[in-house]
Amino acid sequence: MTDSPFLRPPWENLARQHQAVALGMWIFLVSEILLFGGLFTGYAVYRHLYPEGFAAASAHTNIVYGTVNTAILMTSSLIIALAGVFARARLHRLAWYFLLATVALGVTFLVVKGFEYREDIENHLVPGPEFAIQVQGAALFFSFYWIMTGVHAVHVTGGLAAITRLLVASREEPRWLSGSGSEEATALYWHLVDVIWIVLYPLLYLGGRTHG
Amino acid sequence: MDKRQLWQICRLPVFTWLGLCALLAATCTLAFVPMGARNLPVSLCIAAMKAALVGAVFMQLRENNALNRLAASAGPIWLFIMFLLVGADYFTR
Repeated sequence: MTDSPFLRPPWENLARQHQAVALGMWIFLVSEILLFGGLFTGYAVYRHLYPEGFAAASAHTNIVYGTVNTAILMTSSLIIALAGVFARARLHRLAWYFLLATVALGVTFLVVKGFEYREDIENHLVPGPEFAIQVQGAALFFSFYWIMTGVHAVHVTGGLAAITRLLVASREEPRWLSGSGSEEATALYWHLVDVIWIVLYPLLYLGGRTHG
Repeated sequence: MDKRQLWQICRLPVFTWLGLCALLAATCTLAFVPMGARNLPVSLCIAAMKAALVGAVFMQLRENNALNRLAASAGPIWLFIMFLLVGADYFTR
């Protein structure tokens, strides 16, 4: 164990290295939860202050794009979870292809988001002088929409970069996927990106659907 | 590894994904059912159930050691405290 090529200082063995990677990643993820927590809190306060504006505005987001993207991201979470299962079972080649499929789904998510953004811009849903919805608080909702989905898209892009790094690093030495702990850490990050979207989905897409 | 063993190790994540899909279908459908002020709490409860499934199975909190679970629980706990303190002002006016 101690002479494993995947062992990094200061750890004595791979088991400890894996524990440290997971714990460090969880502490980082909690800081990410609090970053989005600030946005969730701001959203809750303004939704409380302007219920009509938020209901009118959220009826204008495209629920089809939102739902399809939720399904895509949840599926990508399953695929990367299975990549981890395969890596731990020493099926490294299979794990590698599942990581590749995760990247494909992540890119698909961003492409769908791009189509949605284009439609939003065409429908004048960017807060400013041209903004389409004349109800007080509606522009605030869309400020949250753009910032929350934008920050989330940056996270998706970061996750894709991290998974691509795994793919490149493990191409020559597939055993690296189960050895180093990097796969585990990257998967944890990708699942958090999924969890954040799971919370954003009802906040941004499901409101205001019952008013005709 | 034969097909049966492969299915054995994939079974739990696949069933979890099916559960997530069912919850997504439920929350999307319920958004169009007029429930007044209860629409948001219902959709947030379903989101919490989905997040818990991802956390427990995909993020392996179910089988993780206590230290990782403690670190992970700090997120929801601090979030709850922030909501509690902000809500004590805005939501009681």
